[in-house]
Amino acid sequence: MNLTLKIWRQKDSNAKGQMVDYKVTDISEHMSFLEMMDVLNEQLVNSGEDPVAFDHDCREGICGMCSMYINGEAHGPDRGITTCQLHMRMFNDGDTITIEPFRAAAFPVIKDLVVDRMAFERIQQAGGYISVNTSGNTQDANSLPISKHAADEAMDAATCIGCGACVATCKNSSAMLFVGAKVSQYALLPQGQVEAADRVKNMVAQMDLEGFGNCTNTGACEIECPKGISLDNIARMNRELMKANIS
Amino acid sequence: MALDSKVPKGPIKDKWTDYKNHIDLVNPANKRHIDVIVVGTGLAGGSAAATLAELGYNVKAFAYQDSPRRAHSIAAQGGINAAKNYQGDGDSTYRLFYDTVKGGDYRSREANVHRLAEVSANIIDQCVAQGVPFARDYGGLLDNRSFGGVLVSRTFYAKGQTGQQLLLGAYSAMNRQIARGKIEMFNRHEMLDVVKVDGKARGIIARNLITGEIERHSAHAVVIASGGYGNVYFLSTNAMGSNATAAWKIHKKGAYFANPCFTQIHPTCIPRSGDYQSKLTLMSESLRNDGRIWVPANMEDAKAIQERKLKPTEIAEEDRDYFLERRYPAFGNLVPRDVASRAAKERCDAGFGVNATGEAVFLDFASAIERYGKTQAKVQNINNPSAEKIYELGQAIVEEKYGNLFQMYEKIVDENPYETPMMIYPATHYTMGGVWVDYNLMTTVEGLYCIGEANFSDHGANRLGASALMQGLADGYFVLPYTIGDYLSDDIRTGKIPTDTKEFDEAEKEVKERIEFFINNKGTKSVDHFHKRLGKVMWDKVGMARNEKGLKEAMAEIKAIREEFWKEVNVPGSANEMNPELEKAGRVADFLELGELFAKDALVREESCGGHFREESVELDGPQKGEAKRNDKDFAFVSAWEYKGEPADAVLHKEELEFKDIELKQRSYK
Repeated sequence: MNLTLKIWRQKDSNAKGQMVDYKVTDISEHMSFLEMMDVLNEQLVNSGEDPVAFDHDCREGICGMCSMYINGEAHGPDRGITTCQLHMRMFNDGDTITIEPFRAAAFPVIKDLVVDRMAFERIQQAGGYISVNTSGNTQDANSLPISKHAADEAMDAATCIGCGACVATCKNSSAMLFVGAKVSQYALLPQGQVEAADRVKNMVAQMDLEGFGNCTNTGACEIECPKGISLDNIARMNRELMKANIS
Repeated sequence: MALDSKVPKGPIKDKWTDYKNHIDLVNPANKRHIDVIVVGTGLAGGSAAATLAELGYNVKAFAYQDSPRRAHSIAAQGGINAAKNYQGDGDSTYRLFYDTVKGGDYRSREANVHRLAEVSANIIDQCVAQGVPFARDYGGLLDNRSFGGVLVSRTFYAKGQTGQQLLLGAYSAMNRQIARGKIEMFNRHEMLDVVKVDGKARGIIARNLITGEIERHSAHAVVIASGGYGNVYFLSTNAMGSNATAAWKIHKKGAYFANPCFTQIHPTCIPRSGDYQSKLTLMSESLRNDGRIWVPANMEDAKAIQERKLKPTEIAEEDRDYFLERRYPAFGNLVPRDVASRAAKERCDAGFGVNATGEAVFLDFASAIERYGKTQAKVQNINNPSAEKIYELGQAIVEEKYGNLFQMYEKIVDENPYETPMMIYPATHYTMGGVWVDYNLMTTVEGLYCIGEANFSDHGANRLGASALMQGLADGYFVLPYTIGDYLSDDIRTGKIPTDTKEFDEAEKEVKERIEFFINNKGTKSVDHFHKRLGKVMWDKVGMARNEKGLKEAMAEIKAIREEFWKEVNVPGSANEMNPELEKAGRVADFLELGELFAKDALVREESCGGHFREESVELDGPQKGEAKRNDKDFAFVSAWEYKGEPADAVLHKEELEFKDIELKQRSYK
């Protein structure tokens, strides 16, 4: 298929960016979206132009590096996937595809489609851990039975890949789904109880400091999340925060 | 220089304990005067950085991604082995040790492997304490699954995302230390050289991938945890950015490179679909617990399948060749990876492949769905369940176990693997070879360590499934923190290592000159063009089956591609900006050298063992006819290569392997 691409180009974080049109031809429907971008970049390199910078690494939907906003949707027009798992069979010959970076005040653009997600790092550094030394001198793993239900629910929250699609999708650029997932993973496990109050307070405070917006329960984040992280995690985080503040 | 593995004396089961009891320690007050650089933040590097920081050292950690959590350990699916014997099925430290040495086709160092088995159980305790949500049974205890090449169930898992969960555990431990200021984290940084002062590793030169700035970082010791070199094949299950640059740079500065030809071709990956393909996707080995691998038994059926005139579900049971079950009745679909890959290639080469290119076999879940469905019907007291009901119940179980893998497959291939068998084919996955290290995990350069997949140590010629995560975390959490302390105890009075010295000047100059060369070369061909050509030579001539003629050709061809690369490579943009093409150019330049050494190593090793299969070395008769033939008399050694300029001029050093605790036997899975 032949396509027109409208891509956000921005030389660096200080430069003024703009949408630029490109044409690509003979794109196979079996290609992944990023392989289509590889074709474009090979074309640009061979014609002496600057290729489009974009984040990507594992190309199997787990590292959370890729981050494009395609035709107005984080990770494009398919559900339960990252950009690297999007395939060209979702598009038609002659389509015009708009490709932007993830947009949020807390995710400044570094170059073209690459954004800075260090805010997520700082939130996790504020409390996204259990304070146990890695000495190996802990108790035997099976001395602490954890109900299958709790373990499964914690696992569901822990599958978050930290890509930031929730933030990019949210009209308020809220990071509540991301933070809710991390808080929930530990809140659901007995190991996480000791520090639960401090954890949720510190992580939420850091989230606010980073300039993310508030949650207004629209639910778009859950729909666009490549890992299907549920809104329940936001509710759980709110409960945890309330509990922490009144105790 | 003679190789000294520094394996402690004494009985194998006491070596590690005695060693720990007798090493020098650094007192807590002195640790804060000592800096350690860790390059790479996957399971090995992340766990090492966190533990060293907890102990009190000042750690500087480097990752080329925007977060340590994105290192490619994140993509490991199936699980992590540990000799817990929770299932009571006869597992023990000795069995894990034995299985790993045997699975590695007797080409690993006994003492290292035994230590790995000893600390394995502790890894699970540690991860659970960190909040890693491993799968559990209804009683609340940890669940296990089986993996290839063993007869016990010792693999712990978190759905099909075990690597992700373990890495997030190590990452959370890192975050705790980053918050305390004990780890200084350098995201989006790439190490481009190591700096040696008086023969010791004392720092690195790194490039800030956002600004292009070249930075100097000093430390009392340097730890390389940068993963494997599978991307030398261009197509592999590695991440796009996975590279050998850190490992190759230290090789050029004196670290020997061991067993480069020991590379794992994983049997269950999604087959390639076209020339544009950028990477291959693994389908976890855990699928072989329940999936059965087959091709049509008759050539007419195979042809019809290839031409899409027949559906796999239309082929009757008796017309299917479950070739692993046929050839290896004892282990069946759970033979080790090298054996499974070669068997698939054998069927496809004979014309029985099941896709248009003839390079695919089926992985079928129909019988597992039926089996689970019947069990569930009993559990739920459903009498005389219909076939539909059984299917529905069984599908739910399979979905719970492997749901994310099935979804991944469907998104890539556009076929529903619950309804039609998956198509799979072997692909490059893991490199057992790597930087040579002694028992302390130190390379042949003093103060320079190498851990995880980047080193060569524990898997011999073939790694068993679910052992990579085990080794990465063992090295980082439990081994390196002891061994490096013994070395650093001599450095308590050294003081900060200055970076304004001639050694740093020279290393930085070299790095800058190479970058300038790429930017100014203005050639005619892209970096990927050369990488793809290298990959094709590697796959065709240094892939699943190798022979003398092909290897000699490969060495010459790789050298020619390398020479052309340095003349014709085109890198757009400038040095002082984010420039992904420049990053790739540096990495491919290193792969173009490593590839040739790889072929040379394969040429020298005139035996078949593990993932290294020489067509000249097969069993000619007896019950093992057609199987790989190892030659212990002449090749029971580790090849450790010393850099001498051109890869073809590398000098071979041999570390002879002694097997005192395990009898050398032919590896039979029949």
